[in-house]
Amino acid sequence: MNRRRSPEPLLWMLFSSGGMVAALMVPILLFLFGIVFPLGLLSTPSHAHLYAVLHNPLTRLVLFGLCALALFHWAHRFRYTLYDGLQLKRYAVPIVVLCYGGAVVGCVIAAGLLLTV
Amino acid sequence: MAATEITLEVARYRPGVDSEPVLQSYQVPLREHWAILDGLTYVKDHLDGTLSFRWSCRMGICGSCGMTVNGEPQLSCATFLTDYAPGPIRVEPLHNFPVVRDLVVDIDDFMTKLPKVKPWVIREVQSPIEEGEYLQTPEEMDECQQFSMCINCMLCYSACPVYSLEPDFLGPAAIALAQRYNLDSRDEGADERRDVLSSPEGIWACTFVGECSAVCPKGVDPAGAIQRYKLTAATQSIKELLMPRSLIPRSKG
Repeated sequence: MNRRRSPEPLLWMLFSSGGMVAALMVPILLFLFGIVFPLGLLSTPSHAHLYAVLHNPLTRLVLFGLCALALFHWAHRFRYTLYDGLQLKRYAVPIVVLCYGGAVVGCVIAAGLLLTV
Repeated sequence: MAATEITLEVARYRPGVDSEPVLQSYQVPLREHWAILDGLTYVKDHLDGTLSFRWSCRMGICGSCGMTVNGEPQLSCATFLTDYAPGPIRVEPLHNFPVVRDLVVDIDDFMTKLPKVKPWVIREVQSPIEEGEYLQTPEEMDECQQFSMCINCMLCYSACPVYSLEPDFLGPAAIALAQRYNLDSRDEGADERRDVLSSPEGIWACTFVGECSAVCPKGVDPAGAIQRYKLTAATQSIKELLMPRSLIPRSKG
């Protein structure tokens, strides 16, 4: 077993940080925007206020980070679900292209939305 | 009235006689303190002397008597008949290993992989014996002690779905034992173990199903050991991308 240059460590880092970031941030966002604000438990920020927050570069960076890492988390997990769960490892190349390519496309769309909103 | 007997359905495979394993039923006494292994010993002593199975210590230390009991990998000396009453209890060899005969499996694969991770204390320079032992604080010992409880029973290999799909996978126990030494404050061999551990057949084959830790009879957490080493290996890989290897300080575990 010689050392081979493999992208696996980097992909795993993206996977694991994506899982952690999504687990920390998504429940908070869902709780606020899905439960607390609609039920009026806290005073709901105005549209103009949220719009201003969204235009802060730091907000955009954080939201982009969340979207990108969560997408790579999905890509890595889905790849292994197809490999082991559905036993499709013989199609490794198209699966890798589909999963990580899909994550890259998702990142581009997320960046586009965040910059144009 | 409580039953006094229980049925063991034992997988039999006699090379040259059976083309594939077949189940054979035996009635054994259902006694409160009898383990599956006691039932099998009763079969061998009183009912059918041709039944083959491995065992040694009968007290969960030697790791020889791993079997599949009602579909779950278990130490047959630590699994009691009464827990399965009224039965029947299906006893098969450990999954994921070739069967030699009856309940005896071929463990060569594990025995070949284990020394590859150099599971012993490695020192760059050995201190002279007159200087005494390599001392360790209780906190330093706690770091690695959990992984030293492994008895090489291979239940984790039997439970691992990745090992069943990828026979080249280094496997849970071997990686946990490598971490047992990587995390030992007296050891300096982490770099020597790294190539084997961080190969595609090493930690990166693991998808963190976690069955290894669930079935371990000694409470070792091989899945945790693998996850922890993934972080170590990934951090090292990224450091290497950013700066030449000679500048990277040695890291533990």
